[in-house]
Amino acid sequence: MKALSAASAGREPVVDAALAREHGLSDAEYASILALLGRPPTFPELGIFSVMWSEHCSYKSSKQYLRTLPSRGPQVLFGPGENAGAVRIGDGLAVVFKIESHNHPSFIEPRQGAATGVGGILRDVFTMGARPLASLDSLRFGPLEDPRHQYLLHGVVAGIGGYGNPVGVATVGGEATFHECYRGNILVNAFNLGLVEEDRIFLAKAAGVGNPVIYVGSKTGRDGIHGASLLASAEFDEESEAKRPTVQVGDPFTEKCLIEACLELMRTDAIVGIQDMGAAGLTCSSFEMASNAGTGIELDLDRVPQRETGMTPTELLLSESQERMLLVARAGQEERVREIFERWELEAVVVGRVAEGGRMRVRWRGGTVVDIPVDPVARSSPELDRPRREPADLGERQKLDLAALAPEDDPQGALEALLDHPDLGSKAWIWRQYDQLVQGGTVIGPGGDAALVRVRREDGTPTEKGLALAVDCNPRWCWLDPYAGTAAAVAEAARNVACTGARPLALTNCLNFGSPERPEIMWEFAEATRGLADAAAALGTPVVSGNVSFYNETSGRAIYPTPTVAAVGLLEPWRRHAVSHFPRAGLAVLLLGEAREELGGSAWLAVRRGLELGHPPAVDLGHERRLQRLLAEAVARGLALSAHDVSDGGLAVALAECAFTGTEPIGVAVTLPDRLRPEALLFGESTGRVVVASALPEALLALAREGGVPARQVGETGGRRLRVAASAGATWIDADLSHLRGIWAAALPRRLTAA
Amino acid sequence: MIAVVQFPGSNDDRDLRFALKTVLGVRSELVWHRQGELPAETAGVCLPGGFSYGDYLRCGAMARYSPVMAAVRRFAEAGGPVLGVCNGFQVLCESGLLPGALVRNHHLHFVCDFVHLRVEKSAAPFTSRARPGQLLRIPIKHGEGAYFAEPDLLARLEQRGQILLRYADAEGRVSDAANPNGSVGNAAGVANERGNVFGLMPHPEHAVEEAIGGRDGLVLLGSLVDALAGGRRVP
Repeated sequence: MKALSAASAGREPVVDAALAREHGLSDAEYASILALLGRPPTFPELGIFSVMWSEHCSYKSSKQYLRTLPSRGPQVLFGPGENAGAVRIGDGLAVVFKIESHNHPSFIEPRQGAATGVGGILRDVFTMGARPLASLDSLRFGPLEDPRHQYLLHGVVAGIGGYGNPVGVATVGGEATFHECYRGNILVNAFNLGLVEEDRIFLAKAAGVGNPVIYVGSKTGRDGIHGASLLASAEFDEESEAKRPTVQVGDPFTEKCLIEACLELMRTDAIVGIQDMGAAGLTCSSFEMASNAGTGIELDLDRVPQRETGMTPTELLLSESQERMLLVARAGQEERVREIFERWELEAVVVGRVAEGGRMRVRWRGGTVVDIPVDPVARSSPELDRPRREPADLGERQKLDLAALAPEDDPQGALEALLDHPDLGSKAWIWRQYDQLVQGGTVIGPGGDAALVRVRREDGTPTEKGLALAVDCNPRWCWLDPYAGTAAAVAEAARNVACTGARPLALTNCLNFGSPERPEIMWEFAEATRGLADAAAALGTPVVSGNVSFYNETSGRAIYPTPTVAAVGLLEPWRRHAVSHFPRAGLAVLLLGEAREELGGSAWLAVRRGLELGHPPAVDLGHERRLQRLLAEAVARGLALSAHDVSDGGLAVALAECAFTGTEPIGVAVTLPDRLRPEALLFGESTGRVVVASALPEALLALAREGGVPARQVGETGGRRLRVAASAGATWIDADLSHLRGIWAAALPRRLTAA
Repeated sequence: MIAVVQFPGSNDDRDLRFALKTVLGVRSELVWHRQGELPAETAGVCLPGGFSYGDYLRCGAMARYSPVMAAVRRFAEAGGPVLGVCNGFQVLCESGLLPGALVRNHHLHFVCDFVHLRVEKSAAPFTSRARPGQLLRIPIKHGEGAYFAEPDLLARLEQRGQILLRYADAEGRVSDAANPNGSVGNAAGVANERGNVFGLMPHPEHAVEEAIGGRDGLVLLGSLVDALAGGRRVP
């Protein structure tokens, strides 16, 4: 141990249990480090344990729940455990996708936080050999009346566009909502999907003893040190602003060059394995690569390209500088790697070798500063079974006496209030700032139920394949009932994909919660993952990748549980698809699925009555599966020209959106059987419902009967007004579409008042 | 053969080549920015959209110093047709191959949207497939696309008919309301005096298929292809 202590003497502090606690390690964890090493760790080693065993990297509180998620299926090539999930789409092609959070950094520094969130998810995708094709973003802010949240919205959108646009990847959809519970913790969840040939997928493997370990991309600086352990794995308090230096800075130009250089290199046979340097940088990537291959790595820190002078071993190992990758090449191919990266004006430096013996040995200035076994650090991280407890006020939350609820005396006013709400209003202000078109495949861009992207092969040959992408979550429902709310998020994401005519293939998810150290939060998490598992299994859509973000709370106030679910579907041929708006006049309007007397957790109840109470609508997964099959069949046979899911704001909002979101407004007159109270018919959010426009309603009704899906014709398209009447004769809504559209279009921009 | 120049940071090069090859059936070749010469059989040059050198410093400011730009200049001076789309337009202005400059959008945001363009002049090699006054629906996507020229330069451009495309509304009216970025004179596309170098902020390569953005971009790209085919119209 002489070399170890000599190298760090004078420069870095002596390690003890107190210092370990400062690094976020518990006394029990520190004890197991001592047992594992048979000595106190060096300061750099302590840093490594601190990040590798952090909640963010080790999933120690969530592992046991994540194991219960269905992740297999004939379509799945690679599931959780890799950088991203990979799913077959036929003809030798596969898609690689994942969603990931960048919540804490985005709250502290919105522009760079969001930008590096996009950069990170792109690297997860192209690390596997896939060309990133399309992005989605799920964003949650506090109320826009708070100028700080206007600033955060501006910053996050500028960050997403400021990274995604230059890097040449289209942002084709997403969601953005605003709620008090995010005032202290915004959410920025970034999704990316890439395309790859299924036999050209690369994994993070440091195989082949003697092979060179090559560092490529940007130089290493002091940014983002302890981002994973200190920023992402603890809740916020009044001093969180001081953590700003832990946020990384993004450089999309370097990322673009890195993508092209990596993809070019991957067309050769030079690479054995590759991993991006994300959370915990060089440390995490080298441990994962060695662990996956059952090898060790010898690293020489003096060779790491550095953009600052005087960096310590700990800083070099833990830096989260962006746009860096670690790859293992076949011995003798070093020059080839260097040539390709040099062409793209990027560094490519041999920093180590794959070694026998399963140890990580790190040298710096002639001494060994790290010498620890790989597997115990990478795989045997502690696993916690944290206590769970149902929130004491859950019964209160779920109590809603419909009979005592005053009737809506102005249904049209209610519709207008809903369209004016920033959650339901147009998000064009956001997505106009994103390149939605680059790579030439955007058939349906932002604003529909799901985006639809046509697939082109790497050589440019167009295919018949279209990919439908959607991301969803209703946090209010998840707060009222995390099991049902999460199952509903899965159902809605898959239903949105199905509305284009696509068959949902698989899911990815980003589980955003408060502190796992509180039993109520752990209970929410357990319930949510149970809902996710049940719904994913029932719909045949395995969860192939994902990410957990805990500690989304400030001074003891947690966000609503927000398990964001993204679904990917396949549509072939893509030309035969449904849009979400009415395509023309003279079509029959049908409603698939049935309304129930459900107003719990609805937008109407929140906006018109100021209440967030009740049970969220029930989810009938059998019905969902039948409904989604029916949609695919109906679109394929040309029986459904448009299909739009009924969700936030209920049927009235869905009909309005169908009518005014096309290039030309297309009016509609609908008559509803008034067997439920009008609020439930108009604004209830019963799940499993879709508004369809059809030129062949009889054939569609017959197909629905055959498929066991309740369906009825409720009206037809034509004119320039939205008319909704009761079958008994009362007219609930009769409004000019340009008036409604105006309210909806202004909902977001009119609130952006801060300079 | 059309040479499509690739700078580090070019993004729409693949889409441009797809439009040329798959839709228009024309051969194109990717030319790396460090090449000092264009391939011998180059009949036309396209500078694609994207963020060359990250658009750091100023859009197009670094790309103008790429070795290939000297070759592009010689090609243009010899009368060869050169088309710059978006970032390519910026590079052409920075290189002095086109007059004027492109500055930050007046509303300070990046904007991606479909806009209407009024064709001001029908002429080879870039707008021969259009009739004067024809409206095209083509997308824009840029943060620094406001065309700027001093008043006397603008007057000369107007006089000589160098503004080939203007932003208009769906009825073809050129107005402030239809100006998406604050360009002077609603200029969306500007040619040099000789008419063989043309830059535009809208992306014709993103409007070449009926079901993906429409086919109005083919009016412009098709005009170039026709010119290379010696005036013969290519489907």
